[in-house]
Amino acid sequence: MTKTKRVLTLFLRFLAIGATLAAVIVMVTSHDSSQVLNLTFTAKYSNEQAFKFFVIAEAIACGYSLILLLTFSQTSLWRLVLILDVVIAMLLSSSVSAAVAIAHVGKKGNTHAGWLPICGQVPKFCNHVTGALVAGFSAAIIYFLLIFSSLYSVQNTLFL
Amino acid sequence: MASENGEKLDLRLNIVSDTKQQKEWISLSLRVVAFVATASATLIMALSKQTKSLVVATIGTTPLTIALTAKFLHTPAFIEQGLRLGLIAILDVMAVALAASGDGAASFMAEVGRNGNSHARWDKICDKFEAYCNRSGVALIASFLGITLLLVVNVISITKLFKLNRI
Repeated sequence: MTKTKRVLTLFLRFLAIGATLAAVIVMVTSHDSSQVLNLTFTAKYSNEQAFKFFVIAEAIACGYSLILLLTFSQTSLWRLVLILDVVIAMLLSSSVSAAVAIAHVGKKGNTHAGWLPICGQVPKFCNHVTGALVAGFSAAIIYFLLIFSSLYSVQNTLFL
Repeated sequence: MASENGEKLDLRLNIVSDTKQQKEWISLSLRVVAFVATASATLIMALSKQTKSLVVATIGTTPLTIALTAKFLHTPAFIEQGLRLGLIAILDVMAVALAASGDGAASFMAEVGRNGNSHARWDKICDKFEAYCNRSGVALIASFLGITLLLVVNVISITKLFKLNRI
């Protein structure tokens, strides 16, 4: 485990903490309400199961990265950390894709099932959710970069 | 004395090669089962439709099939070299990520279809199209099984990479 690899890993984990934290905060603070023909139409993230799952998954990933960053002196457990990284990356990608699927229905609607798009009534909510999804997507990409760099360094030590 | 040591060494090499063969078969059989699970999930999901006289087109939610068909990234690990194991581990990680994203999107769309969403005025569709919903549920169960097996296969291939590193 060379020093540059440790610095790169720490930097990527720090970026991942930032991205997951941003995703959680932006999603939680997204709400909008509009009046349509005497009916108030409020949109919050907690109305959708997929967004709740997104918040929980990003929070788990953020907590995991924080714990790892604070105990980074334990280099003997790097194999377990790599396997846990794979599990967390899987969780992140699943949550992002679920939220993107529901947001896609919210933006474009689903004519086959008779589901109308809601972004026309609550555009502020839609923009907020889009920002949170972008942060979540970048967090997933950062985790995959982490895994690939760890695997690449493991495989490179075979040839040294 | 020397012949005794030679015999002990031969025995140990035999045991190591036997366990290696065993681990190959374990990994391969798990990959085959995972392939069968994900393939059946794809087939069930892609071939399930139900038409009624009111609705003209067949029901399909488009994010699903695209994600589910992109799961056939299996390469059997017969030859053990460092570069190949690393490539297989990376491809396995990508396969797990794809399977997980297809899974997550499909299960939440199915949940909206089953329960509806009163806040967004999205009615549930499962009371009208019961057979389609049941078939999609079976496909989801198969894909969850597939992704669990894919995760196990990925962990096995990563530990193989570690074991090679330890030599």
